[in-house]
Order: sequence, then structure tokens, then C-alpha cells
Amino acid sequence: MSNSLKKYSEILVGGTVIAKEVEQPETGSWRLGLKPEVDLDKCVDCLLCWINCPDTAVMINNDSDFTGFDYTYCKGCELCAEICPTNAIQMVAEDKPVAEFGRKK
Amino acid sequence: MNRTLEKPSLDFETELLTGAQAAAHAMRQVNPDVVSVYPITPQTPIIQTFSQFVADGRATTEMINVESEHSAMSAAIGAASAGARTATATASQGLALMIENIYIAASMRLPIVLAIGNRALSAPINIHCDHSDSMLARDSGVIQIYVENAQEAYDYMIMASRIAEYKDVLLPIMICQDGFTITHTAEPVSLLDDDSVREFVGDYHIPYSLLNLDRPVTQGPFDMPDYYFEHKRQQQEAMEQVPAVLEAIQNEYYALSGRQYSSVDAYRMDDADYAIVILGSAAGTVKDVVDKLRDENKKAGVLKIRSFRPFEQEKIKYHLSQLKGIAVLDRSMSFGSYGPLYTEISRSMHKSKPFLQNYIYGLGGRDLFPDQIKKVYHDLLTGDITGDLRYIGLRE
Repeated sequence: MSNSLKKYSEILVGGTVIAKEVEQPETGSWRLGLKPEVDLDKCVDCLLCWINCPDTAVMINNDSDFTGFDYTYCKGCELCAEICPTNAIQMVAEDKPVAEFGRKK
Repeated sequence: MNRTLEKPSLDFETELLTGAQAAAHAMRQVNPDVVSVYPITPQTPIIQTFSQFVADGRATTEMINVESEHSAMSAAIGAASAGARTATATASQGLALMIENIYIAASMRLPIVLAIGNRALSAPINIHCDHSDSMLARDSGVIQIYVENAQEAYDYMIMASRIAEYKDVLLPIMICQDGFTITHTAEPVSLLDDDSVREFVGDYHIPYSLLNLDRPVTQGPFDMPDYYFEHKRQQQEAMEQVPAVLEAIQNEYYALSGRQYSSVDAYRMDDADYAIVILGSAAGTVKDVVDKLRDENKKAGVLKIRSFRPFEQEKIKYHLSQLKGIAVLDRSMSFGSYGPLYTEISRSMHKSKPFLQNYIYGLGGRDLFPDQIKKVYHDLLTGDITGDLRYIGLRE
């Protein structure tokens, strides 16, 4: 890895990072046993989970419709479950089988 | 635009202004996008005057009235990251409260302009001038310019944005004027017309705006040991670019204003044998004393340092290397060592170090009188140079 480290003259100043130019660490592996699950029947598309998710792991369609979770990046912080006003989001055991994007079966 | 160094014919307005008002006029003419600020003596008249300009529609700046200096600098960092031309102002305890964010602004390479009205630090609480506050930020990565009077405060507040925003620099800049001595003392100040200033300053475009959704970026992320060191080295690189940028902008400003500046102000130094090195307003009093000593055929001079960060060692050495005696007058202390200016001069002049003498003066606003300055030159002229720390006007 050390061979790919850049010199000070080769990197942007001030620590600026261009999103598309860097490796995105797959933070999903950081979860400690719980993952979010959503009951779409209860979801009102308020998108509070989307705007609060620190890992942009909440997925939406058409800029307005909640569609589920990206488990590749979800760190299991539970923020979405905590703020969901309709309790549509629950934290469940990591090994519980769920439908695509963490939708409730 | 093609500017030359020809001195233009001048027909500018002169007004009776304090240093604070002069700085506020400069801010009005530069018209920053955002100013976030909290009042504190003796800086208050800077921002009070500027706020009035905004309220009267003479500047279109978005004013953010925050609840502390820590917040003032935090808001400034946010605004500057988004690409706004940003300024703030502070002094003393306010600067102390702001300090962690000054480091962050410098590290994030945000060209924020800080107007400083230098004031002593508590305790005991004191509202008068010394340089302890801005010296707190000495190692932060901020550019520091110390001015002598209201005119210089005005001129450097205009040049500040250009210097800070230059593409190879991108650092915050402090324009330090002595509290009360400059901030509250009225003198004639020559103002440029608004259009000339706006043309001189021009538009500002941040290289990577936080609000550009077409090119998403992260600003101020976490650095591991594998890159932090490289980012610090970049800050040194940026500072090393400043002298050339400063000189170019001062020359351009000369063409505009007829007032020529340099990062060091050498007064009667050409054939001088003995000199005082000093920052800020006291240089004016020293110049008067030098004139009197010259009348007595004593070869005295004064070197006023405007740019303390970066410290232009080679230029300073050029002026000082042939002298027989140098007195460095510091208006702040580094307890347990020598004054910060002395330490710099001493490092720059290490080969002639025996001829240096450090004096501390003016802490907490104590006056510096011409007779005391004369005594300093007398020490130099009579070879009374011991190298130990001396104090001017202290009861001991």
C-alpha cells in the first residue's frame, strides 16, 4: 500500500477530497450485530432517515420515495430507527433474513 | 488588466477616520459575501461601523451576529468552504476563544480576512494594547500583517483579500492594528473610490466549493498518520509563496493608490549603524526619535516589520547584517524565554547575535515615550548590550 502514497505536492490542499476520486470504504462491515429493517406500509416518505443518515446508506427514488437501505455502507448506527416518526424502521438481528434493501417480508 | 508602476495622478478623498473606521470603510468597499462577528473591545468600532454600512445599504454583505468568537470563526469557515468571500474581526479574549478555529481555517486553506484590534490577554483583565493576542496565532498558519496607523490599516484591509485568495496561497490573513492607539485615534486617511477597490479586489472563486453539487467534495476530513504530515508541509509551501505574492499585490496597489508598501519598512536604514526593530504603531514614535538623533549626527534607524508571518528572513537580514547594534522591542512576552520578535531576529542574525538586545515594552497599554526610546539608542551607541531581557517603563 505504501507505494501508492502520494507526495505533498501531488494531493489537493486543505484535505479536500473529491467524492468520485477516492475509494469508498465499505463501512457495512462495521455493524455490530444489528441492521435496520423497514415496514414500507408504515413509511410516509418524510425522508428524515435519508437526510440524517451519516453514510448516505438510505436509498430513495425520484428524489422523493424511500426505497430501503444499502447494507454495503450502513454502519448500524440506529439513527434512522431512532428518528423515524412512524416507527417504520426497526433494528433487527444481523442474521435475520430480510427482503431486498431491508424491506420487511 | 495591465497595471504599471507609474505613480498615478491622485485625486482621492481624505477623511478624518480612526483605524477602526478606516478598516470598516475598506470592508465596505471590498464588500465581502459574509461577515460573521462578535463584538469585543477594542475591535468593536470596526464591526459597529461596518454593520452600519450594511444596515444603510452601502454594502450587501450577509452579516451573521453570532454568540461568541468561536462561533464567529466557525460560521466563517462554513461560509468560506461554500465559496463566500468571508471576513471577521476580533481581539484579545475573543481571539483566544477563536484560536482553535483559526488553526482549522488555515489548515483547510480558507482565505478568511481577520481584522484585529490588538489587546492584552487576561489576567488581570486589561482592555489596552499589546500583541499577546495575535501572537497566540503565530504558529496557526495565518498570515500576519502589523500596521502602524489608520492609513495602513485601510490599505492592508483592501490588499488582504487579494493576498489570502491568491491560488498558491489560500490562507487566512490577520491585519493587526494596535488597540486604541490605532483603532480609536482619528487621523486623515486617504480613501480610494469604491469602484476602484472593487475592480482591484475582483471576484473570488474557491477552487472546490462545498455547495457545488455537480462536483461533490468533502472538506476538512480525517487524516491518518499517512497524510497529515503532507498536509502540514503544504501549509509551509503556501507561506513560502506569500512574500512574492505580497510584493506583487503591494506594487499593484501602489499603481492604484500611490502608496508604496513593503513587507518591511526600513526608515533611515541605508547608512545606519544602530537600529530598533519593532511591530505596529510604536514604530511611528521611534521614527520621530530617529529623526532627532540624526540631527545630532547619530546613525540611527528603525526597521518596522509588517509581515510577521511569513517572517521574511532574507529581506530582514539584508537591512540588519551590517549594523553595530540592534534593539528588538517586543510588545508581548514568551514567559521563560525572550520576546517572539527577538527570537525571530536572533535566529535570522545568529552570526551577529552578540549585538542584539531584547526589550519588552508597552504590555497592557503602557505608553512608550520618546525619552525611553532615546535611552534604548543610547544603550546601543554606548555598547551597553548584555543580551539579557530588559523592560522599558517597568517599575523594578
